[in-house]
Amino acid sequence: MSTNEWPLWEVFIRSKQGLNHKHVGSLRAPDATLALENARDVYTRRSEGISIWVVESAHIHATDIDEADAFFEPSDTKIYRHPTFYEVPDGVKHM
Amino acid sequence: MQQPALFEYVLRIADDSLILGQRLGEWCGHGPILEEDIAMTNIALDLIGQSISLYDFAAELEGTGKNHDQLAYLRYENEYKNILLVEQPNGDFAMTILRQFFFDAFRLPFYEALMQSPVAQLAAVAAKSVKETRYHLKHTSEWVIRMGDGTDESHQRAQSAIDHLWRYTNELFYENEVDQTLQAEGKVPALSAIRTQWLSTVTNVLSEATLQIPTNDWKFDGGREGRHSEHMGYILSDLQYMQRAYPNMEW
Repeated sequence: MSTNEWPLWEVFIRSKQGLNHKHVGSLRAPDATLALENARDVYTRRSEGISIWVVESAHIHATDIDEADAFFEPSDTKIYRHPTFYEVPDGVKHM
Repeated sequence: MQQPALFEYVLRIADDSLILGQRLGEWCGHGPILEEDIAMTNIALDLIGQSISLYDFAAELEGTGKNHDQLAYLRYENEYKNILLVEQPNGDFAMTILRQFFFDAFRLPFYEALMQSPVAQLAAVAAKSVKETRYHLKHTSEWVIRMGDGTDESHQRAQSAIDHLWRYTNELFYENEVDQTLQAEGKVPALSAIRTQWLSTVTNVLSEATLQIPTNDWKFDGGREGRHSEHMGYILSDLQYMQRAYPNMEW
């Protein structure tokens, strides 16, 4: 396998005005301009978006899966942080 | 037929789109990378979509009750009026991209001018296609610049493609009595003005790509008159096989 492979890019697409850009996948491209064009061709063929962000994957810092316990479990026991102790009045809809 | 010149004119645009779309489609599953494979087949589908609208209009003008499939699939080689450029083999990626770039650099100003046509069907196809074409030209221009201003090998391959394809570019601006008739009626743009815009785009992009415009002025044509290169028969045998083997099939 060539070591000169093009860098990997993460692709984020906003499906319509007012919504957030959401991660949809990744692709390879030699630079940002072509990464945007490739993202357009690969991820918006069926009118999925009105705006695209690409970020070189190497620039993303992620949590370590081995540290998931320390990172995330402590919040599991703090049920009082969730608004589950309120009685929802009868007249309230869409809750 | 009421308007033979217009029928011929519409077929030219449709045939250029169909044959180039068919050529690009040959890359499907064979692209240098997955992303570019999809990009090229996207462009192919845009071109074939444009040809469908144009064949529908041509069939209406012909008035013999044909549909777009019959015009696309059931004519003989000398009845296709596409230019020789679009039937040239894909070659390497540089050849495909340069062929597409020369074509797109023509098609964008051509469609922009055709949008002003008083022939409503032509103006409508041009208005829909101009956005697609703007993207095609952007994409191929980016590639020409990257290949020309890239490695020694990519530069050399891009320059070889230019040197080979240049002889076919003059035919983009081929005009005969069909054009003269329609231009006199104010229905279609003069290609001389479009040539100026084409040359400006080509000069700018090739210059940024550090690539040279060839100095020879070989000019190959014949496609608009139905005289094709040896490649055309092979394209048609692929393209027409299903309709010839199973007449009137649909799916």
